[in-house]
Amino acid sequence: MYVKDTIAAISTAIGEGGIGIIRVSGPEAIEIVNKIFRSIRGKSLLEVDSYTAHYGHIVDSTEEIIDEVITLVMKSPKTYTTEDIVEINCHGGMVPLRKVLDLILKEGARLADPGEFTKRAFLNGRIDLAQAEAIIDLIRSQTETGLRVAMNQLEGGLSQKVGEIRQDLIKLLAHLEATIDFPEDEIEDFNSDELSDRIDGIAKKVEKLLRTSQKGKILKEGIETAIIGRPNVGKSSLLNALLREKRAIVTEIPGTTRDIIEEVINIDGIPVKIIDTAGIRDTEDIVEKIGVERSEEFLNRADLVLLVLDAHQGITAEDRKLMGSIKEKDAVIIANKLDLDSKLDFTEIEEILTDKPIVKTAAVENQGIDELEDVISNLVFSGEIKNEDQTLITNMRHKNALDRAYQMLLDVKKTFELDLPNDFITIDLRAALEAVGEITGDTIGEDIIDQIFADFCLGK
Amino acid sequence: MREYDVIVVGTGHAGCEAALAAARMGAKTLALTVDLDNIALMPCNPAIGGPAKSHIVREIDALGGEMAKNIDKTCIQIRMLNTGKGPAVHALRAQADKKMYHIEMKKVLEEQENLDVRQAMVEELIVEDNAVTGVKIKTGIVFKAKKIILTTGTFLKGEIIIGDTRYSSGPHNQFPSNALSDNLKEIGFKLFRFKTGTPPRVDKRTIDFSKLELQPEFEDKIAFSFENDSIENNLQRQDCWIVHTNEDTHKVILNNLDRSPMFNGDIHGEGPRYCPSIETKVYRFQHKDRHKLFVEPEGEYIYEMYLSGFSTSLPVDVQVEMLRTLPGFEQAEIIRPAYAIEYDCIDPTTLKPTLETKMIKNLYTAGQLNGTSGYEEAGGQGLMAGINAVLAIQGKDPFILKRSEAYIGVLIDDLVTKGTHEPYRMLTSRAEYRLVLRQDNADLRLTKLGYEIGLISEERYQKFLDKKEAIKEEIERLENTEIYPTDEGVQEYLVKLGSTEINNKVTLAKLIKRPELSYKALAELDQDRPRLPYSVREEVEIQLKYEGYIKKQQEQIKKQQELENKSLPEDIDYNEVKSLRLEAKEKLNEIRPLSLGQAGRISGVSPADISVLTIYLEQLERSKGRD
Repeated sequence: MYVKDTIAAISTAIGEGGIGIIRVSGPEAIEIVNKIFRSIRGKSLLEVDSYTAHYGHIVDSTEEIIDEVITLVMKSPKTYTTEDIVEINCHGGMVPLRKVLDLILKEGARLADPGEFTKRAFLNGRIDLAQAEAIIDLIRSQTETGLRVAMNQLEGGLSQKVGEIRQDLIKLLAHLEATIDFPEDEIEDFNSDELSDRIDGIAKKVEKLLRTSQKGKILKEGIETAIIGRPNVGKSSLLNALLREKRAIVTEIPGTTRDIIEEVINIDGIPVKIIDTAGIRDTEDIVEKIGVERSEEFLNRADLVLLVLDAHQGITAEDRKLMGSIKEKDAVIIANKLDLDSKLDFTEIEEILTDKPIVKTAAVENQGIDELEDVISNLVFSGEIKNEDQTLITNMRHKNALDRAYQMLLDVKKTFELDLPNDFITIDLRAALEAVGEITGDTIGEDIIDQIFADFCLGK
Repeated sequence: MREYDVIVVGTGHAGCEAALAAARMGAKTLALTVDLDNIALMPCNPAIGGPAKSHIVREIDALGGEMAKNIDKTCIQIRMLNTGKGPAVHALRAQADKKMYHIEMKKVLEEQENLDVRQAMVEELIVEDNAVTGVKIKTGIVFKAKKIILTTGTFLKGEIIIGDTRYSSGPHNQFPSNALSDNLKEIGFKLFRFKTGTPPRVDKRTIDFSKLELQPEFEDKIAFSFENDSIENNLQRQDCWIVHTNEDTHKVILNNLDRSPMFNGDIHGEGPRYCPSIETKVYRFQHKDRHKLFVEPEGEYIYEMYLSGFSTSLPVDVQVEMLRTLPGFEQAEIIRPAYAIEYDCIDPTTLKPTLETKMIKNLYTAGQLNGTSGYEEAGGQGLMAGINAVLAIQGKDPFILKRSEAYIGVLIDDLVTKGTHEPYRMLTSRAEYRLVLRQDNADLRLTKLGYEIGLISEERYQKFLDKKEAIKEEIERLENTEIYPTDEGVQEYLVKLGSTEINNKVTLAKLIKRPELSYKALAELDQDRPRLPYSVREEVEIQLKYEGYIKKQQEQIKKQQELENKSLPEDIDYNEVKSLRLEAKEKLNEIRPLSLGQAGRISGVSPADISVLTIYLEQLERSKGRD
């Protein structure tokens, strides 16, 4: 007996090998995966037979391809957990693996607890009674390992920051609850600006922590970088220049297709993965080879964009279009071919793309490459990352909890904007508090009530 | 020697509900009281209700209890609190004529079939083989019964403290119950000591009301009981007033702190944080230059005014001095001084969720004795103890309300699972499913259960079913009534109400969801609207308007339900469950939760422990299957 929801987790060891498997189990497993899976043959997973494999792509809400996968559909009751199970074999390494899991959680699955698949298998009669003890030990040890890892991460900055958010939430809730439970006492009601500011303030802190978690990911898994530009502006020479010498680590992620290749270069210890299509170095022109649409796909997926302009030719209409498309991205503008006469109008670039660094290179001559590396390094490390005591959340569970807390706070905002009474505001605030508490292992308990009595003079 | 099915010891708010419920369920019942003239006494506030408390009163009513009906009969002023803060926290609060409250309740008890009411001081429980079989009273007489329910309130070793005066006493100078307290300790109960207090009663003829602020009454005389459409009694309505303390008051208090037993160490009992004495408030919140006090009438033939917010244990001369610093009280005379009272209570974690003690079979406890405070909290427990005592006699399943069903469920679950370190008061913030536990829908939540137990009459149940049907029909009608942008006057009317125009056809149900609109406001666009009673209209509006939020909460409840439904056998030895952490083993053995859900709420039991227990249970079931 357990809560019969749908659970998901990465079920292969993290960080080893190029292929990772995500397992989804529960009554909505097939439905959830079907929402984000696009079969090459246009099949719906809802209609396929049990124990069949399907080739296709996982896409996000904008139909952007996240990874190329093979999904294996296994239907209840003849499965490991006796529930419907879908296994997704991802090929793109850790980053897409996590993104796929993220999507599945967003569609309504819950991140599985340690040992939960096995626990379900046992509870549903799939595993022999003799193994019960072993399962209990497994759950216990996995939970404890998980906790230990979490606690290690929680030391220092993160636990303090999460604690701060938690305290902010408790204080705000205590105030709202006090006005509700003690209407006849003289507690000042929030005016709406104040309340809105408080909610925003907390949401901002959560968002900042989430961004840090993004950076944490970057250090571990590298930043995905796309090189874009019109034909013949010198993209491949730039890549070759960056890849030159010993520091280049060339890894090819083996997959069933040679469509996606990642070149990883090491800049100041940051793995920078250059998203590339097969043979970018063989042919000059990415746009020409795979079309503008694919190029845009890469653009959306990338953490960092390197836009290459041909200084010798000046800015063309197509360049302007490309510049327009990267306004929201972290990007570096590369004015290439500066060994030739420059016809570039830098003020125009700066007008379209304010705040984006511009680096002047002559890739074939290897000029400006060191400078480019510095710029990339600075972008990643900007401000915070180099500090020793930096808060880095790499744990998926933490990120997931923060994600939910953030979502709840957005809901609180919505409720607030609808001008609904305070009671409704407390509902999602409480949910946010619970989510944040999962990180530190705190439940709500008497905290709010204690805070009410600490902050307010109440009682008749 | 007479034999009963149920004996209830004490006739405060818990005792009355317990005795009435038991008798009404057909059990031969005896209620024993120290003083017949103090049945359902209100020794503190002359009021019923307020946030969370009014919810409990309505739940008691939906389950066939008496409190709501009795306050409707004796109410002299009523207000609806929290009207701007959401439907779930609306709260009725009524001032009672406290003498009439007593007289009416006494009459109900006396006229109740199957119920004997007798004046007697119980001194001893008769216990054989860890089961109680009767009680012995001061005169040596023994009454036997299948079940005993103790509702002794603050009487156990009660002590009144006023300044440096301390004497053995029950509330309002009644006889304390000392022998019974000793007897409980002998039997093996661990008792601890709580403290509470009450403010002075002031002669209303010595107050200059022109200097006080009048507190407005709520216009709709909404009744507490679902059986009454509105409050109609012949009592004269009376006003409540507001007054504030000032710097002079605070000076008097701070100058005399050393004479307050709260501060000089004479009071050891744990007091409630939500009901601090005025000296505690002034001392702890010194930046506050004033504190709000309520001047409440106690009843038609009573000259005493209750000075809410001014409870103290300071000596009488200081009480008078600080009282006279209040505007309008310059000449005021105290009729009864304020006092603090200390008393013994039992640890509620030694109780089962049925309120039967784990140690002594057939013995139930309810009310302030269990570490709570408040008439409503007491009433709710009394009702549940009465119901469960009789169900046990009838050999039926116990009646345990879930946290998602009632505040009474939250109250008892909190008490028996977590215990309490101060007199426990119900707060809406203790209920995680507050939005579905509204006072307006207490009947929808609980009437059916009350009917099944046998406390709701056939007639009332039929009336309830009609109401439910009416709500359903009206919601359906609104969901099917479409308004078109082209309908005459529609757009103008919406704009007039501060709303926006519609672009496409829309149902009335959808329009009600707009924050700026309401059921009432849309009457003009709703030609076929039937005439419906307030209670139906209210329900229709809330259910439609807040549908999204209510659904969300119901989802949460559903998720938790599986754990709540998974029961833990009573005889598990948790020491035998491998892989449970030591702390979890100890706590589980002590609390003995009835379900996995309850187990998860025990402090010191982690989610991993619950996982381990889940596996263990499955293991247990399968090995049973094999035998």
